[in-house]
Amino acid sequence: MHCEDESFNVSETTHDGAIATSEPPRSPDDGLSPAELAAKYGLTASGARPSLVEYVRRLWARRHFILAFSRAKLVAQYSQAKLGQLWQVATPLLNAAVYFFVFGVLLGGREGVPGGRENYVPFLVTGVFVFTFTQTSVLSGVRSISGNLGLVRALHFPRAALPISFSLQQLQQLLYSMIVLAVILLGFGHFPDWTWLLVAPILAMQLLFNTGLAMVMARLGSKTPDLAQLMPFVMRTWMYASGVMFSLEYMLRERAGAPEWLVSVAQANPAAVYMDLMRFALIDGYTVSDLPPYGWALAVGWAVLIGFGGFVFFWKAEERYGRG
Amino acid sequence: MAVAEKSPEKNATAASAGEGERRPTVIADDVHIVYRVYGGARGRGSATAALNRIIRRRPGGNVREVHAVKGVSFTAYRGEAIGLIGSNGSGKSTLLRAIAGLLPVERGKVYTDGQPSLLGVNAALMNDLTGERNVILGGLAMGMTKDQIEERYQDIVDFSGINEKGDFISLPMRTYSSGMAARLRFSIAAAKDHDVLMIDEALATGDKKFQKRSEARIRELRKEAGTVFLVSHNNKSIRDTCNRVLWLEHGVLRMDGPTDEVLKEYEEFTRK
Repeated sequence: MHCEDESFNVSETTHDGAIATSEPPRSPDDGLSPAELAAKYGLTASGARPSLVEYVRRLWARRHFILAFSRAKLVAQYSQAKLGQLWQVATPLLNAAVYFFVFGVLLGGREGVPGGRENYVPFLVTGVFVFTFTQTSVLSGVRSISGNLGLVRALHFPRAALPISFSLQQLQQLLYSMIVLAVILLGFGHFPDWTWLLVAPILAMQLLFNTGLAMVMARLGSKTPDLAQLMPFVMRTWMYASGVMFSLEYMLRERAGAPEWLVSVAQANPAAVYMDLMRFALIDGYTVSDLPPYGWALAVGWAVLIGFGGFVFFWKAEERYGRG
Repeated sequence: MAVAEKSPEKNATAASAGEGERRPTVIADDVHIVYRVYGGARGRGSATAALNRIIRRRPGGNVREVHAVKGVSFTAYRGEAIGLIGSNGSGKSTLLRAIAGLLPVERGKVYTDGQPSLLGVNAALMNDLTGERNVILGGLAMGMTKDQIEERYQDIVDFSGINEKGDFISLPMRTYSSGMAARLRFSIAAAKDHDVLMIDEALATGDKKFQKRSEARIRELRKEAGTVFLVSHNNKSIRDTCNRVLWLEHGVLRMDGPTDEVLKEYEEFTRK
């Protein structure tokens, strides 16, 4: 199996001989303290946190692992189901159907949708898919360390690979949903135009935002696993407050009579911003005037703030994940 | 496996460090490891007690400390294969995790040459994926590049012997027998060149033939890489692969020396 190396065998014999006497005879290293010995041979204490630049470099070196891990998770998700990967598309479709039935038919949330009542279904489905992207990123992020302790305790890699990987998994999930969405849009007579191209930058910004948020949640969740129990309720509250199944502006201003500042605050929340931009990009009759003020600036701002802030926040505790 | 070309270069660096000099790879200096277990105390697990702790913002009396390793010191050198023995719960695995930098030490220091790796690729593998995808995923998780994995893919599959009884590598891992899965895991983990490799009870599984093959691979890794640590309750596999043995008992290093001497004492100790 292995070609024996002559010189190596010689040195190995001396190794063995030296060990037999348990203390190496006449070694120049005698009398050195462990710390001095370590310094002499360039040994380093393990388990220290790398610098931010070094951390990014290591993360980049692991990019293939991050991608492979996210794809593997995605495939494994439905591998036991008979319909298999078809569920990637069927799950979001069923979700949208339920919301349409509850909010569109039973509760009559169709009022006030930009472009008129017939826009409700595309409006709703776009909202559901875009919000689900953020929602699932947060929910998987909160478990990304605490649910993968085996991995964290066995292998060395920048821990940020986990929340990033989970966010990428959600992005791939969303791309399946986008196929469904495209079919629905066509069915409701919204044909592709140049604004559809805006989907790519919007998704990029939302991905950055989601990943940052997932990293914040990952660090908090690693310290307090109970957060995983709490987050579904937080996310549901966030969903109702962001206008996924109704027009936020119309509901707050016309129905609830809320003060102007409250409308602005609600519309500036990142989930609402990304949803509104996506609707603007995809739905005819959803015009610039329906966008919240400074919509694009807010989208970039949230992405940069949470994306980079979350990354630094996560990195600060790098050496403590999976311990204790 | 196709990793033989690495060894001459390593020997050269070892030789240039000085004539007959032994190059240390791992130095443990009075290492103490303390686990903190939450929820381990009796009678404190009720909801009201938990609420009370949250309100008071401190862990309270619910934390139990386990002093798993107490003041272990040793120096490991390039070219050594070191067996770790001791009864269950004596701190062997804990010590390995600390050397790998995956557990913090309470007191003392661990110095290492490069990044020691624990043979723990199993954690990255997914039962719902095919063996083929798991080979790639596991390799990437250990930090191998795509090219390296491609180059060694066939070696890994051949070494595991998974395909000896038909095309199993393209089936999901959940369909494997426990022995087959263990063989694939070891094959993936052993495919990488490690500076310091630590193996925790990996050889207990698999049939006789595979055990022989993996022991040979460990000897090979030791020659190429430097230092191999092996935790095992199988004295025979320790004797066959290791030239030095550390004996831990209750977290204390009881004996450190050549395999035969330590194993003799250990066998006498366990016979009682």
